[in-house]
Amino acid sequence: MSSRAATPTPTALRWRPRSIEAFYRPLRRQLDHDSERCVQSQRGRPRPFLPRAVTRGGQIGVGESMRRFGYLAPKSVSEAVSVLAEHANVAKLVAGGTDLVVQMKDGVRRPQVVIDITGIDELRTLEERDDGLHLGALVRMGEIENHPLIIEKYPVLVDSAKLVGSKQVRNLATIAGNTCNASPGADTPPALIALDAQVHTLGPTGPRVVPIDQFFVGPGRTVLEPGELVTKFVVRKAAPNEGAYYERHTPRKELDIAVVGVGAWVRLNGETIEDARIGIAAVYPTPLRATDAEAALRGKPFGQAALDAAAAAAVAQSRPISDVRGSAEFRRWLVDVLTRRAVTNAVARARGGGPRAGETH
Amino acid sequence: MLQERVGQATVTVHVTVNGVPRPVTTVPNRTALELLREDLALTGAKEGCGTGDCGACTIVVDGRPVNGCLLLAPMLDGKTVLTVEGVARGGKLHPVQQAMVEMGGLQCGFCTPGFVVTAVNYLEQHPNPTEDEIRVAIAGNLCRCTGYSKIVDALLEAAKRMREGEGR
Repeated sequence: MSSRAATPTPTALRWRPRSIEAFYRPLRRQLDHDSERCVQSQRGRPRPFLPRAVTRGGQIGVGESMRRFGYLAPKSVSEAVSVLAEHANVAKLVAGGTDLVVQMKDGVRRPQVVIDITGIDELRTLEERDDGLHLGALVRMGEIENHPLIIEKYPVLVDSAKLVGSKQVRNLATIAGNTCNASPGADTPPALIALDAQVHTLGPTGPRVVPIDQFFVGPGRTVLEPGELVTKFVVRKAAPNEGAYYERHTPRKELDIAVVGVGAWVRLNGETIEDARIGIAAVYPTPLRATDAEAALRGKPFGQAALDAAAAAAVAQSRPISDVRGSAEFRRWLVDVLTRRAVTNAVARARGGGPRAGETH
Repeated sequence: MLQERVGQATVTVHVTVNGVPRPVTTVPNRTALELLREDLALTGAKEGCGTGDCGACTIVVDGRPVNGCLLLAPMLDGKTVLTVEGVARGGKLHPVQQAMVEMGGLQCGFCTPGFVVTAVNYLEQHPNPTEDEIRVAIAGNLCRCTGYSKIVDALLEAAKRMREGEGR
């Protein structure tokens, strides 16, 4: 992997399919793969892959776009933990619902119980304390992108939160939901990795703190135990010689999912990069912390040599797949480009300049 | 065996819609959009994609525009909702609606209720927007007919009329 050229030309751009069948073959393969997975998820009851409108008419009543479930709305964190622990294997938590409701409509998730935690005010903390910025589990993307303190001191959170869905989605979607859904392509985890966020959880065995880069274990899977929920994220207080930046590539500006996204954080000492952290979306089974790229930057003067080394290391650590959004080779090329851009803009912000919060295009 | 029924099988949702308290008892496995359309017969908000992409289902909940198709119906409990049916007052169209009609901001009309509530909510908070700001504000609403130009023109005109005191 390490011998890979710094800027490989994506084969996707050289690809000249000989026939219309050849052109559609990769897409066909992806669709076959998806429908196969859909069938497998039916727990031994094989069923043909049907579009949603068909399944909806056949299985559920009119005006019910999801299968039946029981509904619980605890009013405190401790109550939420106890009901979640009681129904751990059959329950799902809902915070914003922007992922879960779609999954339930599609039948991908079929919880018997839905536990609505939106009535728990303790989970709405959003303030800077002595030990840093406390972001409650229920803080919405729309709150992050408009919060004056976050815009001023933690602009990387605005960069990433502003890219999630549409304005209407961001008025529902929460920071804990985006994290716990554990999509490898989610936008906020790379920013949280760059800021070294600590995930505070509460479960039947008590509270614990998990560093964000150890929180994810696979696509859709986290370290959360049955009955455990995220209460808040804590990010160390921003210092003047530090800067962070997130950017992703998507074919269109809005309402899209990252082909690749890179978040970078740096601490400068004069011209030297004293410390760095890099998080990457959509190139690994989990949001990736590119530790090799960080090591390539640490202690080096900021410049072309440091960027070359970091980009090559980030590419080498990526394990992208080819899918409808892009080929593996295109994704490696994007990792190279976006790592350079993210580090450069993080350095610019550490020096007091750089793009304004959320201006990443 | 798993429990037959866990949690509440039906819920009573105390929601205020367009200024009127409308308590509804319903099963929880429905969206806010379904509750509004099927139970309260408020068919203004439309289901387009059903997955939060198109914005045709936009409703304003506690002052924030959201996708009605992504919000679980029981989560409306205790909330205040504005739909397109509550935008006009006293038989008179809201300046946003009036400008959309006059300036050709709609063709088939399916996306229009979503655009109207998004725009009303935005213009109430931002009375003096630029064209670019309006384009960003309506970015979560898709229209396949107009090409957006006439919608943007209409909303600029509506903003002007609201500043001049035709707002409510």
